[in-house]
Amino acid sequence: MAEHILLRHRDNKEISKLPTYRKGSGFSAFERAVTKLNPEEVTDIVFDSGLRGRGGAGFPTGLKWRFMDKNNWPHYVAVNADESEPGTFKDRELMESNPYQFLEGVMLCAYAVGCNDAYIYLRGEFWDLAHELDKHITKLHKEKLLGDQLFGTEYSLRIHTHLGAGAYICGEETAMLESLEGKLGQPRLRPPFPPSFGLFGKPTVVNNVETLANVPLILEKGAKWYRGFGTEKSPGTKIFSLSGNVMKPGNYELPLGTTFRELIFEHGGGLREGRSIKAIMPAGASSSLIVANDVALDTQMDYENVPNVGAMLGSASIIVIDDSVSMDWLINKTVHFFEHESCGKCTPCREGTYWMKNITERIHHGEAVWDDVLLLNDVATNIKGKCLCALGDFATEAVTSSIERFREDFETRVPQSRPKTEVKLSL
Amino acid sequence: MNHLRDQYGKEIEDVLARYPETQKRAAVMPLLYIAQREDGYVSTQDMDDIAELLAISTTDVASIVGFYTLYHDEQAGRYRIQVCNDLPCALRGADDFLDGLCDHLGVKPGETTPDGVVTVEAVMCLAACDKAPMFQVQSYDGIAYHEVQTVKSAVKLVDGWRKEKASG
Amino acid sequence: MTEKIAVAVAENLINLTIDNREVSVPAGTLVVNAAKLAGIDIPVFCYHPKMEPVGMCRMCLVEIGRPAIDRASGKPLLNKDGSPQINFGPKLETGCTVPVSKGMVVRGYTEEVTEARKEVIEFLLTSHPLDCPICDKGGECPLQNLTMEHGPGQSRFIFDEKIDLAKNVPLGDLIFLDRERCIQCARCTRFQDEIVDDPVIGFSQRGRALEIITFSDPGFDSYWSGNTTDICPVGALTTTDFRFEARPWELQSHASICNHCSVGCNTTLNTRREAKSGGDEVIKRVMPRQNEQVNEIWICDKGRFAHHYTESPDRLTQPLIRKGDALEPATWDEALQLVGDKFKKSKGKFAALAGGRLTNEDFFNIQQVTAKLGGKALLDSQMAGGEMVAQVGVGQGTNLSDLRAGDVVLVIASDLEEEAPLHWLRIKQAAERGAQLIVANPRRTKLDQVAHRLIRYEYGQEAAVVHAMLDSFSPKRPDQPASVKQLLRDESVKAAAEDVQSATNLIVFYGSEGLDVAGSHTLASACANLLIATGHVGRSNNGLVAVWDKGNAQGAWDAGFATSVNLADDLAAAPNLYIVGADPVGDRPDLAETFEAAEFVVVQELFLTKTAQMADVVLPVLPYTEREGTYTNAERRVQRFYPAISPRPGARADFAIAAQIGLALGLELESKLASLAFEQLAARLPAYKDLTYGKLAETFEQWPIIGREDLYYGGTTYDNTQGLGVQPPSGAERGESPALSFEALTDPEKRKGLLAVPVTRLYDLGLTVTTSEILATHWEQPHIVLSPADAEKLGLELGAQATIKLNNMQSPVAARIDNRVPKGVVLVPRSVGLHIFGPAPIEVGA
Ligand SMILES: Cc1cc2nc3c(=O)[nH]c(=O)nc-3n(C[C@H](O)[C@H](O)[C@H](O)COP(=O)(O)O)c2cc1C
Ligand code: SF4
Ligand code: FES
Repeated sequence: MAEHILLRHRDNKEISKLPTYRKGSGFSAFERAVTKLNPEEVTDIVFDSGLRGRGGAGFPTGLKWRFMDKNNWPHYVAVNADESEPGTFKDRELMESNPYQFLEGVMLCAYAVGCNDAYIYLRGEFWDLAHELDKHITKLHKEKLLGDQLFGTEYSLRIHTHLGAGAYICGEETAMLESLEGKLGQPRLRPPFPPSFGLFGKPTVVNNVETLANVPLILEKGAKWYRGFGTEKSPGTKIFSLSGNVMKPGNYELPLGTTFRELIFEHGGGLREGRSIKAIMPAGASSSLIVANDVALDTQMDYENVPNVGAMLGSASIIVIDDSVSMDWLINKTVHFFEHESCGKCTPCREGTYWMKNITERIHHGEAVWDDVLLLNDVATNIKGKCLCALGDFATEAVTSSIERFREDFETRVPQSRPKTEVKLSL
Repeated sequence: MNHLRDQYGKEIEDVLARYPETQKRAAVMPLLYIAQREDGYVSTQDMDDIAELLAISTTDVASIVGFYTLYHDEQAGRYRIQVCNDLPCALRGADDFLDGLCDHLGVKPGETTPDGVVTVEAVMCLAACDKAPMFQVQSYDGIAYHEVQTVKSAVKLVDGWRKEKASG
Repeated sequence: MTEKIAVAVAENLINLTIDNREVSVPAGTLVVNAAKLAGIDIPVFCYHPKMEPVGMCRMCLVEIGRPAIDRASGKPLLNKDGSPQINFGPKLETGCTVPVSKGMVVRGYTEEVTEARKEVIEFLLTSHPLDCPICDKGGECPLQNLTMEHGPGQSRFIFDEKIDLAKNVPLGDLIFLDRERCIQCARCTRFQDEIVDDPVIGFSQRGRALEIITFSDPGFDSYWSGNTTDICPVGALTTTDFRFEARPWELQSHASICNHCSVGCNTTLNTRREAKSGGDEVIKRVMPRQNEQVNEIWICDKGRFAHHYTESPDRLTQPLIRKGDALEPATWDEALQLVGDKFKKSKGKFAALAGGRLTNEDFFNIQQVTAKLGGKALLDSQMAGGEMVAQVGVGQGTNLSDLRAGDVVLVIASDLEEEAPLHWLRIKQAAERGAQLIVANPRRTKLDQVAHRLIRYEYGQEAAVVHAMLDSFSPKRPDQPASVKQLLRDESVKAAAEDVQSATNLIVFYGSEGLDVAGSHTLASACANLLIATGHVGRSNNGLVAVWDKGNAQGAWDAGFATSVNLADDLAAAPNLYIVGADPVGDRPDLAETFEAAEFVVVQELFLTKTAQMADVVLPVLPYTEREGTYTNAERRVQRFYPAISPRPGARADFAIAAQIGLALGLELESKLASLAFEQLAARLPAYKDLTYGKLAETFEQWPIIGREDLYYGGTTYDNTQGLGVQPPSGAERGESPALSFEALTDPEKRKGLLAVPVTRLYDLGLTVTTSEILATHWEQPHIVLSPADAEKLGLELGAQATIKLNNMQSPVAARIDNRVPKGVVLVPRSVGLHIFGPAPIEVGA
C-alpha cells in the first residue's frame, strides 16, 4: 500500500501532534461540515462512500446514521473503543498514533447526527490511552475545535472518555450502553436498536473506532475517491490485525479484497521455518476455523467472500495457526475465553459455555471419550441461534468448525478403543 | 462523613459533570477507579460513599464491582501483573512465559508474593497480540502495558519495585 | 410500564394465529400473553406479567411467522391457494418479548420449538442441584413442573462436574437464598428495582458465577421482600417463616383479608394439622391472593409475617369477672348475665369504644347495643373523617390501576409507604403511568420520588393548604387566617389547584402525619370540600381515601362509630364502658384514672391488656383467623374473609358476644352466623343495602391470569376464587348531595420550643407486630427524629440517648438525625412506647 488512509503515522510519525495534523488539512473537513454542510449532507457523503462498520458486523455506516430517530432528542454518539476480541489490536494503534483523525471522525459523526455530547467507551485496560485522549480533547477545546458555538455557528460539541473495567461483553453495543449508564454490562433486548433507544434511552449512534477514523478523509476527498479502494460491496481499506504463528505479526492497512495469501505471506513474512499453515481464524476468537488450503489462501478478505470459505470477516483479526497446533488445545483456549466473558444474562450462553469448558478441558487432558466430542458438538449446536446476543454464537464457532474440519485432532485425543459415532456435519 | 467526597471533592465534581444531570449513576465506574486509588481495592465504606454520591443503593455499587474484572474488593499485591495468555498470545509463547514468571516469583497465577509486592494473574486478551508475550500492570492508580517481554525483563521490573519498597 | 391487557376493551384488536387457533387480542400484547389468553401455555421462567420482559431465560422460544409483503406494492403476498404467504425467520424468537402483529402466525409446539425447550431445561439443570426432595418449593415449583412437562428426562451433564455453591445464605432475617437453585432469571432483583423501587438485592459477578447479593443493612431490608419468594420460579428464595416448615401439598388454603392496615390486601392463609398442636390446624404461612383492584398479587412483609399473634399461647380463653382486686375465671353464662344486668341499668351513661380491627358485623351489633342504651359509639383511632369518606366516595368501580394521564392524585399528611404500603405502591404505579401526583407533606417521604408536584407546609397547616387551593380558584373567603393567605401565594399550591381543577379524575388521600383527631377532621372536611367544589364526587376513580391506622376503620364509621375529639372526657362522662378490641389504658396511661373511676367496665379482648386488667368483666374473643366476617377497606371495598383454623375453645366472635349481651337488652341480634348478622346490617345501613355474603364472594376473570396450575406465570400467589369484594355506592351515588361546609380555620399557635409531631412506622411496637418474633430485628425502638440543626443545638449525635418530656411523661429515647425533618420539629413515632396523640410541645434533653 502506497499511502495509508488510517495508519497515517506510518507515513508521518508526527501526525499524532496537533499542529502537524492540522497542517495536513486536519479538521478542515470538520470545519467545512459545520460551516457549509447540513448534517444530512454529511450523512449522504458517508452513505455514498459505502463505508461499512469495522466493529464486526459490517453494517453500512451512513444508513445507521440515517436511522436516528429525529423525533426524540438529545442524540448521542457512543464510540466503541472496547476492542476486546482476542486477536484484535487495531483501534488501540489508531487512537495512540493517529488520534486527531479519529477524533475528527467522532466529531463529524456527532455533527451528522446532531449530537452535542459524544462518549468514547474505552476498555479499562486502555487507561494511559484514555488519559492521552483527554489531553488531546483539552487541546481541541483550546483551539475552539470543540466547545460551544463552533466556528461562530450554533453547533456545540463535547467529547468525553469513559473507561470500562474489564469485560469483553461491553463491546456488544447495547451492553456498552448499559455499562456507560453505570449498570452491569449486560446486553439489552433488541429491538429497539440504539438509533431509536440508546444511551440514557435516547437515539444513539454506536460506531467502532476504525469506522469513524475513515470519515475525515471521506469528507475531504469524497465518496468516489474512497470507493477507489476495496471492492464494490466492501469499499475502502481495512486494518488487518495479524497475529498467531506468523513471522511479522502486526497491523496492516490494505484494501478490502486483499487475499489471505498476500497478507500472511507478503506482509506478514510467512511462517516459521519448517512450519506450514494449518488454519486461519479471520475474525479473532469468535471465528470459525478455515482450513488453510489454496482455495482459502486465495480468497479475498472482504465481507462477501470470506463466507465462501465458511467464516466471517468480522473485525478482520487474522489469527494464523500452524501445524504444531492441535485443535483440542485451541478450542479449550477459546471456550475458556467465552466462559470467562459470558455476562450470564441468558441461559444457553451462561450454562452452555460453562458446560463446554468442562468438556474441552477433559478432551484436552485426554480424559474424554469420543461421545464427549459429540456431546460438545451438540452443546455448541444447542447454544447457537438461541442466545440474547451474539457472544453465545461466537463461543460455538471455533468448536463446531474444528470438530467438523479437523476431526483427526480430536480422534487422537480421545481413547481409540471407544466406538465412534458419526458427527452430523453442517456447513 | 463521606470520605470520598472529602478527599476528592473537586475531581468527583468534574467526573459528574461529564454526564447529564439526571444520569449521575453513569459516574459509578470512574468513581470506583477513584476509590481504588488508595489501596487498590474498593471497601464497603467506599461503596457506601459512592452510593450516597450517586443516590443509588450500595448493592447497586457492589454489583458493578463484582461484574468487572478490573475492580477488586480485596487487597492484593501492590502491583498486579496481568499476563495475557489468551489464544493469540499463547500461540506466541505466553503460557511458557507465565509459567516461567510464576516459577521465578514462587507463586501460582492468582497468588501474591509473600512481600506483598506482586500479584500475578492470567487474563484474557489485552489487544496487544502482536507483542506477545506481554502483560499489563495494574497499580493503585493506573494500568501500564509491558510488551514483548521475557521472564528476565519482567523480573527486572519486579526487582525495581522491591527496591522501591525497601527504600520506603 | 408493564404492559397491561384490558381484556374488556374491544378496540384496537389484533388478529393472529397461535397453534392453528385464531386469537384476537389488544395491540401491544406480547405473544406469550396472547397465548395465555387463548388458553395455550408457552412456558416462561424470567418473564413475569407484572414486569418488563427481559428475554433472558430463553424458555419461551417459539416460531414466529409474519405475512410476506410485496415491496413494490406494499400488498401481502399470497400463496397459490390464496392464503397469505408467511415468512418465518431463521431463528426462534422469544415469545415474551415480541408484541403481536396483524396476521402473525405463532407455532408453539413444533419439533424445533419443543427441542429448544428441552435444551433450555437441560442447560438450566446442568447447574441445578436437583434437590427437590428437600426443597421447600417442591410441589409448587415452576422448574420442577416445566421439567416434567418439557424437559429431556435425562441429563448428559456429568454430575461430578456440578458446581457446589452455598445453600443457606441468609439474605436478611426474613429471606434465605440457596445459590445452587437460583436460575438467574432476575425476577427478584427486577421486582425490587422496577416494582417497589427498593433495589437492595442485585446481581454480582457474571457468567456462571452470576449471583444474588445484598449490601443493605440489615440485609435484604425491604418492606416487600416476601414477594420475591412468591415469584422466584425455583426454591432459591424462601422465607424464614416457612422454610422447612411444611410441604405445599399438605397445606389447606383459606381466603382471608389482611387487617394490618386499611388497604385490605387479599390473602390466603395456608394451614396444616400438626401433632404438636394436638392435631389442630396451624397457620403455616400467609400468601397474597390476587385482587387486581386492591393488592394485585402482592402483600407487604408486615402482612406476611405478622400473623403469629393469633396463635399466641397468651390468648384469653375464659371469661373473667372481677372479685375484689382479682379477675377470676367465670362461665360465659355468669359473665353475660352480669354484663347484661349492669348495662341494662346504665341508661344514658354508657359508651362503647371499639378498635378498627373488628369486623363490620361486630361494629353493627355493638352499635345496636350502644344505641339501645343511648350511649356513644366511639372508634379507637387518631383519625377522623370516615363519614365524609362515606359521602363523597371513592365511588363504585374505583380502581387505582385505572388512573393515568389526565387524572390527579393528591396525597396529603401521609407517609404512605409506612402507613399503607400497597397504596404507596399503587399510587407510585399510577404516577409512573402518567397520572399527576401531588404530594403535600412538611418533610420528604419516599413517595416524593415519583411525585410531579410537591407542596411543603408547616405542621399544623394541613387544612390550610387545601383551603388555599380552594381559594385560588373560587371566591376568596374573607375569614381565612394568615397562613392560608400566605399559602395562596405559594407557586406549588397554585399549580396544584390548577391540576386539581382540570383533573379528569381526582382522588385525595389524607393520612395522619402530624395530626390529632380534631386536626384530622378539619383536614378531611377541607379535602371533601375540594372534591365537591371541583365536581370529583359520586363516580368511580374520584373521591376521598382516609389512610386509616387499622384494617376496618371505615367499616366502623359506616356502622355509626366516630372517633372522639376528647376521649378522656367522653369516657369520663359515661361511667359504664364497653371496650372492644381496644386498649386505651395501654395507649394512654393518663386514662387509667378514668377507668379507675368508672362504674363498670367490660373488655372484649384477645389478650389481658392494661385496660382488661382494670375491667370488671373480660370476655375472650376470636381473632379473624378463627372466624368469618367482612371488612371495609379505605377504598370502601367490602371484603369477606373466611375461617382458616378452628376457633380456640372458650373464645367467641365479637359480634356474637355483642348479640348475646343485646339479648338481655331485648335486642334481636344475630349471634351465630356472620352472614345473617351481615344481612341485618345490610337491611339497616343504606350503603350496604344490596350486599350479601354471596355477592362478596363473586369473582370474575382477572389479568394476569394466574392459577390454572401455571405457577411459572404469576408465581405462587393464590388465584382468587372466593371473592373480590364489592364497593357499595357512596352517599353521593345514592343521591345524597354532599354540601360544601367550610370549617373556619385558625392559624397554628406561635410556639417557642420544639414541636413533637406523631408519625407512623410500619413496624411499630403494636401487639400484632411484637408477637411475631420473626420480625424482632425490625421492631422500632422508642426514638425521635430531629433535624441536624436542632440536634446540633441540643448537642445530640446520631444514635445518642436522649430524654424527652412529652404530655407530662418522661421517656428515654434514641435520637435519630435526618435532614428531611424541618427545623423546630421532632418526629415521634406512634405505638413505640411513647405517648403521642397529636402535635404537642416537647422537651428534649441530652
Ligand atoms: C460480544 C460482542 C463483542 C463485540 N466487541 C466489539 C468491540 O470490541 N469493538 C467494536 O467496535 N465492536 C464490537 N462488537 C460489535 C458491536 O456490537 C457493534 O456492532 C459495533 O460497535 C458497531 O460499530 P460499527 O458499525 O462501526 O462496526 C461486538 C459485538 C459483540 C456481539
Ligand atoms: S433467586 Fe430466584 S428469582 Fe432471583 S434470579 Fe434466582 S431464580 Fe430468579
Ligand atoms: S426469555 Fe421469555 S420467558 Fe424468559
